[in-house]
Amino acid sequence: MRTMMQRALAAGCAATALAAVMSAALAESTSDEIAKYREALQDGNPAELWEARGEEMWKAPRGPNKVSFASCDLGLGPGVVKGAYAELPRYFPDAKRVMDLETRLVYCMVSQQGYSESDALRNTFGNGSAHRSDLEALAAYVTSQSRGVAMNVALDEPHMHDMYRLGEKMFYYRGGTHDFACATCHGDDGKRIRLQDLPNLTKIEGAQKAYTTWPAYRVSQGELRTFQWRLNDCFRQQRFPELEFGSDASIALTAYLAGRANGAAYDGPAIKR
Amino acid sequence: MADPMKIRANLVGDATEVKVLMSHEMETGQRKDADGKVIPAWFIQNVKVAHNDKVVLAAQWGPAVAKNPFLSFRFKGGAKGDKVKITWTDNHNDTRTDEATIA
Repeated sequence: MRTMMQRALAAGCAATALAAVMSAALAESTSDEIAKYREALQDGNPAELWEARGEEMWKAPRGPNKVSFASCDLGLGPGVVKGAYAELPRYFPDAKRVMDLETRLVYCMVSQQGYSESDALRNTFGNGSAHRSDLEALAAYVTSQSRGVAMNVALDEPHMHDMYRLGEKMFYYRGGTHDFACATCHGDDGKRIRLQDLPNLTKIEGAQKAYTTWPAYRVSQGELRTFQWRLNDCFRQQRFPELEFGSDASIALTAYLAGRANGAAYDGPAIKR
Repeated sequence: MADPMKIRANLVGDATEVKVLMSHEMETGQRKDADGKVIPAWFIQNVKVAHNDKVVLAAQWGPAVAKNPFLSFRFKGGAKGDKVKITWTDNHNDTRTDEATIA
C-alpha cells in the first residue's frame, strides 16, 4: 500500500515536472513566433501612412488663425522637429508646465492656431476613417523625426525631477477594484497577458525597449497609438479611474518612463501586434 | 479622397522590388457596429501595377485582405529612373493612382 502511494506520488511529480518543461518550451516558441511575426511586419509598417499624413498637417496652415506648426516650439526652437521627441517630456516656461508631445501639440493648436480646447482634443484616439485622429498622425510624424536619436530627458531640471518622482510613486501605487499597480504587471520578468509578454519596466533594458517603441501601429486595431493611449489603456485594464488625456498624472508617468529610457536610441513609430 | 500610397521601388539584381503600403479600411462586411448594425463591406477589388506603360501585376482582391494592406513583389527588368505606377479601385468605385521612380 505504502509503495503504491509512493509510486503514484513519484509519477505525479514526474508529470508536473514534464508539464513545467513543456510549458516553458511552449512559452519560448510562442514568443519566438511572435518575434518572427513582428519581423515580418517590420518591412511594411502602416505607421508610415500616419507619418505622411502628419507631415502634411505639420506644414499646412491650420485652424481659425491659419497658422502652421512652424511657430510651434517642441523644446528645440519654433518648428524644429528633428530630435525633439527624444527630449520630451520637458518643462515649458511659456506654459509653466511639464508637457509631453501630445499635450504640447494641443497647446500649440489652442494658443497659436486658434482651435478651442474641445476641437483640439477631438478624436484623441482615432477609430477608423470616419473618426481619424489628427493628434495620432502628428505624433507619428514628430516621433519619426527622432528615430535613432538617444533619449535625453532632462531629469536634473527641477520641475521634471518632481514629475519623475511623482511618476515613480504612481508606478508602484496600488489601487482600484483589483488593488493593482503598474508594477503588478510590469515589475517582474516573464509576466504576460494571455500570450502577450509584458516588459519588466523596473529594469532599465525593459523600460528602454518599451518606451522607445511607442507610438506604434497596432495591427489588432488597425490604428497608430501614442503613449497617451498606452497609459490610458493600462489604466482601463487595471480598472483605475479613466486617465484624463494630457493630465499631470499621465505626464508624470510618461516622464518617469521616458527618464528610465534615457540613453537608448529612439526606435519608433514601431509596429505591434 | 483616399490617402496617398507609400511606394518604394528598388533594383535588386536584375529584378525590381516593389513595396507598397495602401491606406484603406478593408471592411469585410461581416462586422457589426455598437448598435448591432452590419458595417457594409468596403474593400479594394482591383490592383494594377504598370512599369512605364506595361502592366506587370494585376490582382483581384477580396475582403480577406487586411486593413492598410502591404504589397511586396518583384518583376524582371526595370532600370533606375523608370516609373512604376500603381492603381487600386475599391467596391465603391473609389480609386487612387500613385507613382514612384525606381531607385
